[in-house]
Amino acid sequence: MSASLEKGIHALKEVIDAPIASYFESCVHCGLCAEACLFHTETGDPKYTPIHKVEPLRRVYEREYTLLGRLKKMIGLSKPVTDAELDEWQELVYDSCTLCGRCSLVCPVGNDIVYMVRKLREGMAVSGHAPAGIRSATKNTVESGGPMGLKWPAVANVLRKAEESTGLRIPVDQEGAEYMVLLSSMEIVNYPEYIDALAKIFHKAGISFTLSSEAYEATNAGIQIGSSDLAKVIVSRIVDAAEKLKVKNVLSPECGHAYMAIRWEGPNLVGRPFKFNVVHVLELLDDLRLKGVLTMRDKLKDPLILHDPCQIVRRGGVLQAPEPLIRQVAENYIPIADKQKLNWCCGGGGGASAIHTEAAEALRATAFRIKKRQIEEAGVGTMVTFCANCRITIEEGFDHYEMNTKLLGLTELLAAHLEA
Amino acid sequence: MTDLQFLTWTRGPGLDLAVAVFLLGVLWRLIEIYTLGRKKDLAAPRHAPGASGLHTVFRRSLPPPGMLKRSPVSYIGGYVFHIGLAIIVFLGAPHVLLIKNLVGVSWPTLPSQFIGLTAVVTMAAMVLMLADRINKPVKRFLSTFEDWFTWAVTFLPVLTGWMATQHLLLPYTQMLALHILSAEILLVVLPFSKLFHGFTLFGSRWYNGRVNAHKGVPV
Amino acid sequence: MQGPLIDTLARQGVTRRTFLKYCATLASMMALPPAAGRAMAEAMAAVRRPSVIWLPFQECTGCTESITRSHSPTIEGMIFDMISLDYQETLMAAAGHQAEEARQNAMKANAGKYLLIVDGSIPLGQNGAYSCIGGRSNVDILKEAAGGAAAVIAVGTCASYGGIPKANPNPTGAVPVSDIVKDKPIVNIPGCPPIPVVMTGVLAHYLTFGSLPELDDKGRPKSFFGETIHDRCYRRPFYDQGKFAKTFDDEGARRGWCLFELGCKGPVTHNACATVKWNGGTSWPVESGHGCLGCSEPDFWDGGGFYKALSAPADPLKFAAAASVVGAAVGVGVSFANRAKKNKAKATHETITVADLEK
Repeated sequence: MSASLEKGIHALKEVIDAPIASYFESCVHCGLCAEACLFHTETGDPKYTPIHKVEPLRRVYEREYTLLGRLKKMIGLSKPVTDAELDEWQELVYDSCTLCGRCSLVCPVGNDIVYMVRKLREGMAVSGHAPAGIRSATKNTVESGGPMGLKWPAVANVLRKAEESTGLRIPVDQEGAEYMVLLSSMEIVNYPEYIDALAKIFHKAGISFTLSSEAYEATNAGIQIGSSDLAKVIVSRIVDAAEKLKVKNVLSPECGHAYMAIRWEGPNLVGRPFKFNVVHVLELLDDLRLKGVLTMRDKLKDPLILHDPCQIVRRGGVLQAPEPLIRQVAENYIPIADKQKLNWCCGGGGGASAIHTEAAEALRATAFRIKKRQIEEAGVGTMVTFCANCRITIEEGFDHYEMNTKLLGLTELLAAHLEA
Repeated sequence: MTDLQFLTWTRGPGLDLAVAVFLLGVLWRLIEIYTLGRKKDLAAPRHAPGASGLHTVFRRSLPPPGMLKRSPVSYIGGYVFHIGLAIIVFLGAPHVLLIKNLVGVSWPTLPSQFIGLTAVVTMAAMVLMLADRINKPVKRFLSTFEDWFTWAVTFLPVLTGWMATQHLLLPYTQMLALHILSAEILLVVLPFSKLFHGFTLFGSRWYNGRVNAHKGVPV
Repeated sequence: MQGPLIDTLARQGVTRRTFLKYCATLASMMALPPAAGRAMAEAMAAVRRPSVIWLPFQECTGCTESITRSHSPTIEGMIFDMISLDYQETLMAAAGHQAEEARQNAMKANAGKYLLIVDGSIPLGQNGAYSCIGGRSNVDILKEAAGGAAAVIAVGTCASYGGIPKANPNPTGAVPVSDIVKDKPIVNIPGCPPIPVVMTGVLAHYLTFGSLPELDDKGRPKSFFGETIHDRCYRRPFYDQGKFAKTFDDEGARRGWCLFELGCKGPVTHNACATVKWNGGTSWPVESGHGCLGCSEPDFWDGGGFYKALSAPADPLKFAAAASVVGAAVGVGVSFANRAKKNKAKATHETITVADLEK
């Protein structure tokens, strides 16, 4: 296999840009980003300070793109970044960073640290320092279509079951539909109710939709591992399929990173703007709510709080839709202090949930304490979210702490209470 | 070298050099940093109120919700010493006179007793920040030689300026010369250290604000 | 005119009481205990005139003028008259070989006991040829005269620190007394010119106690030079309030506000002008509306301009344009190098495949 340190450095030289230079020059080592990172707040370990996680990137920037750094390199005053160092940083760049972007929100000099972590992963991936779990997820997605190795016949099977249970038709490969629906493997395997819910809502709203047998998987492990080339391969399938079917919109599933990949990174990966719109399912639902289509049969009485998935809300910009939607269906929604763009991550984003080493799992469990605390402080027995990956991570957390909190997906919750 | 020769040197050739290195460094570094370029974002933008580069430039001057409680020393100490430095530098009579000499504009100043008091408060805040850097695991972990060095380089002009006006330790002439010299060291160090954040933070906030504003997130 | 000083003074119409009062004042000015005034009066009244040799070198006679020219005879002037001034070119009647002879005689007769007063700096350039008396260079004469002196008093800024002759570019290679004389006690009484009472004070101290007063690190009597003009200036409250005259004829100037911004060097000048004043306590430069020039400090002539405020630099933007050009050039240079490097990295990009994820 061909990963190497040289390839890693080469990749970093390609991605270092003016914002990164400005960010590194601005850092005053105040340490406030640590206060925004759940891996630091829950462990107290200073090595999880976000800006420290991008130290190898800083070193490459200094050596390659500053005059003083170049001079130091020339006379041997600065040491090159080594394989051993990148190996040490693997835990910091992947296990303990979910690309949640909370640090970027608090830095007083304005550094977008998550932007830098994402770029550093470009170098980590091709120098062979990505965790095995994310590597195999990436490999599966590129080679067989999805991170879990799910193939179309299996998906078609799930769709058939959904048609049976809802009694509604779910079109496949239908040209000219308004929406092309994307799914994530996790939804197909773990939360097929999502598909039922969507079918119900589309039919009620009278909007045409379709799935593509060539592109049904929305998640993009290429983004999580940090390889734009591979991410491009994955996202191109969706773009090609959507343009082939001439759909107006592509509907991103709840899954956060999927939305990030198709909505925000997608056009930049393929190198041109899309000919279709990318819409997150909550955006569609909120639109329907405003149009009066999304009327509820009844409301959920249980007191509950909302977990805003990072990639959809803080980093995805779907800021305003979730709260009105949850209020539409829940009578006792309790807004928490750190909500919306200030939410705390579940601890499993950015590919972290695919890392199955003992240390990574223990770290995730520790980081989960912040969600546990939020639930306990609100005194609720139910939490609602809208990201399949958050759901998996949160449920793991519930199991670990033996909590009997109920976890619901927002789209399904809405569908379940939808007026027929 | 006599006191007055020392003072004359700091006011003359010393300052000429320091200002020259400062200007050279600032231009060099700004061009070096901001010409690295960046890719255009091809994703269709989402517009949201309050989301733009300029909004973030201003918004980041205030602590985001919840952060003041989490790190009160960093914020309060940071505010006090930054504002204190600004008051001393921009509202102290001798400094305004210096600015007038440099660029030709001047404005009213504050009484020297008030500036003296501000200097004391500023130094107290800086000492507090230093203690916090030593005490707090995260700050200590992040600290390099540069952090301690730049602290000293920033602290010394305040200390020597205050000591000169209060006639402490050394004769006024010597202290004034040391004060000017320490300010010159600050000028020379600034473009090549983390003190350069005084320039780049506007760019950094703007980039962060802009990148996220493209997605409709006011950060 | 031999005999005790008090007799001479009496002949001049100075009563014993007036003299006592004067000595008390002098003692208090020099920060001596009150009893010292009486001791001083007694000692000085009784003392026989010590022999004093006054050597003028590169000078303007301003120091002599300062001490001798008063509207009415002052006690300072009279005490000054009362020493046995055996050689003073400007004042003495003798000239030529006669004068030189008088100096030689006085040096021989009082060897080891006479006081040597010097005003003016000593030129060393061209082997001292810039200033000669009777065919001998100043430096020669000084070395010879200092050899037999009990102490040397450098009067004026030129003798103390080189003064205006030493100002940039110092064409004559002027140096102060202290650069030549290394083995005798030297008292510097700087000022351009110095305050008369400081000279008499030092003389009185020497006559009374047989020793020189306590000196600061620049060889000046601490009692007169211990504080800055700024410390004792009656305009100081305006400085503290931030009230400054901006021009010599503005409202602030008329109201007597601080002259700091007009270039007053009071904060860095040690002298007694603000307390002793000039012309019999009539006034002094700041009181007359002009900032202190700092004339009692070394190198005051090269202190960055009399009318530039202390905090204002001499010419700070001297290299600004050149530095900006160089800075921009360096920046643009690095920028080109960076872009070339980045473009090369992009151009040599090899598309990543899943195989590239593992080593």
